[in-house]
Amino acid sequence: MTTFLQQLVNGLSLGSIYALIALGYTMVYGVLRLINFAHGDVYMVGAYTGYYLSRRLKGDEPSLVGALLVMLGAMLACAVLGVIIERFAYRPVRRAARLTLLITAIGVSLFLENGAQLVFGADPKFFPSLAPRADFIVGGVRLTSEQLTVIAVSFLLMILLRFFILKTRTGKAMRAVSFNLDAAKLMGISTDRIIAITFALGSALAAAAGVLIGMQIPKIDPLMGIIYGLKAFVAAVLGGIGNVPGAVIGGLLIGTSEVMVVGYLSSTFRDAIAFGILILVLLLRPQGIFGRVEKEKV
Amino acid sequence: MKGLVLAVVFVGALFLLNGVLSGTLIEGLSISPYYLQILSLAGINIILAVSLNLINGVTGQFSIGHAGFMAIGAYVSAFITLTFGERLRDALGFLPVPAQNAVILLVVLAAGAVCAAIAGFFVGVPSLRLRGDYLAIVTLGFGEIIRVFILNIDAVGGARGLGGIPQLANFFWIYLFAAATILVVSRIVRSSFGRTLIAIREDEIAAEAMGVNTTRSKVISFVVSSAMAGIAGGLFAHYLMYLHTNSFTFVRSFEIIIMVVIGGLGSITGSVLGAVLFIGLTEGLREFAQYRMLLFSLLLVVIMIVRPQGILGHRELKSFLSRRRKTDPAPPAISG
Repeated sequence: MTTFLQQLVNGLSLGSIYALIALGYTMVYGVLRLINFAHGDVYMVGAYTGYYLSRRLKGDEPSLVGALLVMLGAMLACAVLGVIIERFAYRPVRRAARLTLLITAIGVSLFLENGAQLVFGADPKFFPSLAPRADFIVGGVRLTSEQLTVIAVSFLLMILLRFFILKTRTGKAMRAVSFNLDAAKLMGISTDRIIAITFALGSALAAAAGVLIGMQIPKIDPLMGIIYGLKAFVAAVLGGIGNVPGAVIGGLLIGTSEVMVVGYLSSTFRDAIAFGILILVLLLRPQGIFGRVEKEKV
Repeated sequence: MKGLVLAVVFVGALFLLNGVLSGTLIEGLSISPYYLQILSLAGINIILAVSLNLINGVTGQFSIGHAGFMAIGAYVSAFITLTFGERLRDALGFLPVPAQNAVILLVVLAAGAVCAAIAGFFVGVPSLRLRGDYLAIVTLGFGEIIRVFILNIDAVGGARGLGGIPQLANFFWIYLFAAATILVVSRIVRSSFGRTLIAIREDEIAAEAMGVNTTRSKVISFVVSSAMAGIAGGLFAHYLMYLHTNSFTFVRSFEIIIMVVIGGLGSITGSVLGAVLFIGLTEGLREFAQYRMLLFSLLLVVIMIVRPQGILGHRELKSFLSRRRKTDPAPPAISG
């Protein structure tokens, strides 16, 4: 039982990372019906920004203020990156066929991966520890301060996002764009602005995930975004793509099941489990847990 | 009859060209082994690009797991050669050695193609029910699963790689199969089955309404495409004599996609052009190797923005060369 609880905690902390990335996928899909292939790479850039920022702050003792600065800095940088990607790669092809949009997204993803290998170097880097760390033992279950931080920060961000989407005017406009882009435009919503904001928000969340993963698994490399991005995408599909709470639930489920499979069965197929889930979901319930079926109109 | 004569002439010419290029035919006349290898690898890329074009360009189903099927073909054929090659050679003892090599190569390539086709069937049936972006991600996932799976099979070397494969394939065999691939795909495109594939690309719902069994057609197209990737993998294995799963990551799949997209989705000559351009640029920019993929990815985005149909679009090179263009209507937009 203790082992199970321990695995559950590990799974939840990994799952909250997936959930943060999945939110970006689901939000962008909501407004543009585009799977933003480059999203996983934005997360990677977030991790690297965090790495360089914390190197800058080196010399100081690991402190909470420093950690907060690093995280906010990375989020800001990636928000800008997300807006740039949207403006210069996706906006010119937004009205084109979906396949064109998809290939563009693949191109952006490859560009970020290869650009990162040039700028940051292809070798993995080791993330310095940001905050003072401690372990707590509760009922035989070991909770590290990193895990607690990851879970707490993720949930805080998710609650903030939910508040933003449901309670603010911009959030309302986002929901309108996601419901029907053309109708929203006719109602006087500046859709370009809303789409840019969506990219900024999603990318900022991905950056937060990047910094958090750096705290938990302190090894980052330029291709780390691919596998995390794919798993987060699976999480978004599992929860129902376009659905914000669904992405969170999906992320937690994927993270937990991955850790359980590794813990109880074998670590060999660690990366295959997410795809197994994806295939099952697509066959049995393609709209995901919370998704609604979209009728195809001719 | 005319076709047969043409085929014999082509094979003969290819055989002579192979002899000249490799220097076995005329003493002192050959090109450097480096260029011969580049040409041969370009041939393998032509097979991969043309076969991927069948599913991505002609049928309009965006698959990004082609490297996985190539890996299956490569590993299956190499494994058979290494395990049963000698026994097969003994059984064929009555033939001269080059003929023995040819028979073994054909047998293992066929086995690799069949295994890749079977894998294509099992991947295709669930994933081709999906559309567009989902299919892309699922095939990407499958391609990676195949690779991870092979990485964990100790009998084919696992992470050590698989070495000691005899070099049975050469320039001749690679281009023979490249020509066969081009022939098969262009015949498919011009057949009534090919028309149903194009109908699916243009409008899947309309095709279905016209009585096309879309899932069945898509699966057949996917299986054929996978089998050809398997052949390319087998040739790759028996040309380079060493296999490692790192050769079959999604990066390889993306490279093949870049070739197809640059050349023009749906255009067979476009795929050939794309493959040759890709290899040419890759080798030409060897000094700037680290900027290479950066350049290709940028090229991909720029092409999508300024010319989303690729260099040739859906059209074939021939239609650009001939003066009469009235038989070629304007290329329809890529639908997704």
